[in-house]
Amino acid sequence: MKVTDIVNPANLVYKKNSVLNDLPMHYCPGCSHGVVHKLLGDIIEELDIQEQTIGVAPVGCAVFAYKYLDIDWQQAAHGRAPALATAIKRLLPDRYVFTYQGDGDLAAIGSAETLHACNRGENIVIIYINNGIYGMTGGQMAPTTLLGMKSTTSPKGRMYERDGNPLDMPKLLAGLDGVCYVTRQAVHTVGAVKKCRRAIKKAFEYSALNRGTSIVEVVSTCNSGWKLTPDGANKWMVENMFSQYPLGDIKDTIQTEKK
Amino acid sequence: MAKLVGSIKVDIQKCKGCDLCVVACPLDVITLSKDANTKGYNFAHMVNPDACTGCSACAEVCPEACITVYRVRV
Repeated sequence: MKVTDIVNPANLVYKKNSVLNDLPMHYCPGCSHGVVHKLLGDIIEELDIQEQTIGVAPVGCAVFAYKYLDIDWQQAAHGRAPALATAIKRLLPDRYVFTYQGDGDLAAIGSAETLHACNRGENIVIIYINNGIYGMTGGQMAPTTLLGMKSTTSPKGRMYERDGNPLDMPKLLAGLDGVCYVTRQAVHTVGAVKKCRRAIKKAFEYSALNRGTSIVEVVSTCNSGWKLTPDGANKWMVENMFSQYPLGDIKDTIQTEKK
Repeated sequence: MAKLVGSIKVDIQKCKGCDLCVVACPLDVITLSKDANTKGYNFAHMVNPDACTGCSACAEVCPEACITVYRVRV
């Protein structure tokens, strides 16, 4: 069979969703951000909520997220995305509001805003991209950096005595009554991407039920910051990140009630 | 038994040659081209098109969403 016979709209099985526009992304080759953007686009298209979705972009590599997904966006000050999302959701309660934040944004400078938004149980979705460093500014140590992990500000590796332990935000936030869904996913393999898509979809569906905050952490790579190849970074993540940040659901109030 | 025959189409100018689709492909259909696109990236292309079953593994992991997958049952 000729390739021209196969490449035909009738035989299409996978194509880029229509929410993601054609602009080339500024991310480094192999960056997990691209996959998560794609998943968000897939879900917004699948749930048919393009007109009702408002995203809040953070400060960090994903600061330009508003350029790639064709929905309404607001740009928050560093770490303040949950506070801004609170205001948007309260003023426009029929919208799907989500924040898209990195670990430097959510776990460091915005830890107070995140904690209080979750404690108030705001009906928003928080997408939390955790790659263990400040990727945009050149790979400095973040609260989520693993013990012994080298970064530009911890060249000999993170030490407990000096820098403390890695901060596991989802585990912390799962303890709050205002939070209804907490999960940790990754996007390094096909299976992981599919699981992550289901998790983000669930989070969006829960946010419409007005039951509290939904948090999806995506353990991801920063191959430029880690000084590895994209595939090497994925392998490093599997070997090192997953023992500190194990994948799976941490809290699912609505599912537990059903049982 | 019915056989699945697939094919992919890569948006060459959007591809950044990150190699993730090459690793994800279970049948070693894809490899990075020796040629580069206008940005200087060695884009992904099919080196072994007959083996493709259109499983979409490459497209799922592609961070640039630049792979379109087609499949027919023959």
